[in-house]
Amino acid sequence: MATAAKTPVTEAGQSANRGSWPLWEVFVRSARGLSHVHAGSLHAPDAEMAVRNARDLYTRRNEGVSLWVVPASAIVASDPDAKGAFFESPQGKDYRHAMYYKKSEGVKHL
Amino acid sequence: MSGESATRITPGNALRPEDIAEKVAAGTRISQDVAEYALRLGDDALILAQRLGWWISRAPEIEEDIALGNIALDLLGHARSFLTYAGSAWGKTEDDLAYWRSEPEFRSSFLVEQPNGDFAKTIARQLVFSLYQYELYSRLVNSADETLAAIAAKALKEVDYHRDHAIQWTLRLGDGTEESHRRMKSGLDSVWPYVDELFADDELIDRLAGVAVRPSELRAPFDALLAQVLDEATLQVPEVQPAMTGNRGSQHSEHLGYILAEMQVIAREHPGATW
Repeated sequence: MATAAKTPVTEAGQSANRGSWPLWEVFVRSARGLSHVHAGSLHAPDAEMAVRNARDLYTRRNEGVSLWVVPASAIVASDPDAKGAFFESPQGKDYRHAMYYKKSEGVKHL
Repeated sequence: MSGESATRITPGNALRPEDIAEKVAAGTRISQDVAEYALRLGDDALILAQRLGWWISRAPEIEEDIALGNIALDLLGHARSFLTYAGSAWGKTEDDLAYWRSEPEFRSSFLVEQPNGDFAKTIARQLVFSLYQYELYSRLVNSADETLAAIAAKALKEVDYHRDHAIQWTLRLGDGTEESHRRMKSGLDSVWPYVDELFADDELIDRLAGVAVRPSELRAPFDALLAQVLDEATLQVPEVQPAMTGNRGSQHSEHLGYILAEMQVIAREHPGATW
């Protein structure tokens, strides 16, 4: 999902046109204690139906114990073209990792 | 299951048709009456599954193709269990019963045989049937017949979802646009004549006291929940007269022959074929 969908989230019954169902992003928690993980996306007329469609699409083989659906339009994503500025500048900055530092003599419990 | 699955996908441990087939192979035999009752339950599920399968690739959105396909597969699972169990009375398998019985030998209700119509009519049929089936299975779990009770216990969770699916769509179509309201009302009117048959008692039910659920007992809770849903959906309970039905005998609606022709043709053209 690179860009947020521009389709407005409609209330139940208002999306009269075929193909106008908004897009939803689906997050599945596979077990208690784990985080919800992005599983994919789907179309649904409203939030309640989106949760149900998510159940049918993403949990029919016992994959989950909890589901979240989020309107795709509510997600603000990083710009794929800004990869350099966003994600490549930390390269070479080893000192941002703990392993860069040597253990000082005489420091216990490290 | 052995070992740790990285994806934590497990099949669960509910009763499967294969488990029932094993018990039958090991010598389980049931009475004609119990088998006849299991046929009624299995045939309703089988014929509705066949009807709903038509929607795959034809629903308003692909998500709905999957939802209806999923419901159809759940129902097919119920049918497999009930037919496998019924077949033990006659030395027949689920496939013998599904593919090699002729129309008068089926015990399905007229409701499940009704055409899909538009999406609203299918939802109307789903609403009526899943409300009925939920009340039925939630009592069948207490049956003196342990196998029927176990099949119902597994199926009940599935039907709980079918019922929710039908209710959600009834609310949206009924209380949606003028056009969706008109279609939902028309769908309800067209399935309503076949509702009474679902709740009719007969001699078989009398003979199976404690094993079978009395259909007439389901009517009050069915009516109460249906009225509540229709009220919220700005719809009314139809005032349409009941149709003549087959009362679980050999008479069927004019639609069943066509359903069976399509459902049975491959098995009959290639007897004994496997894939």
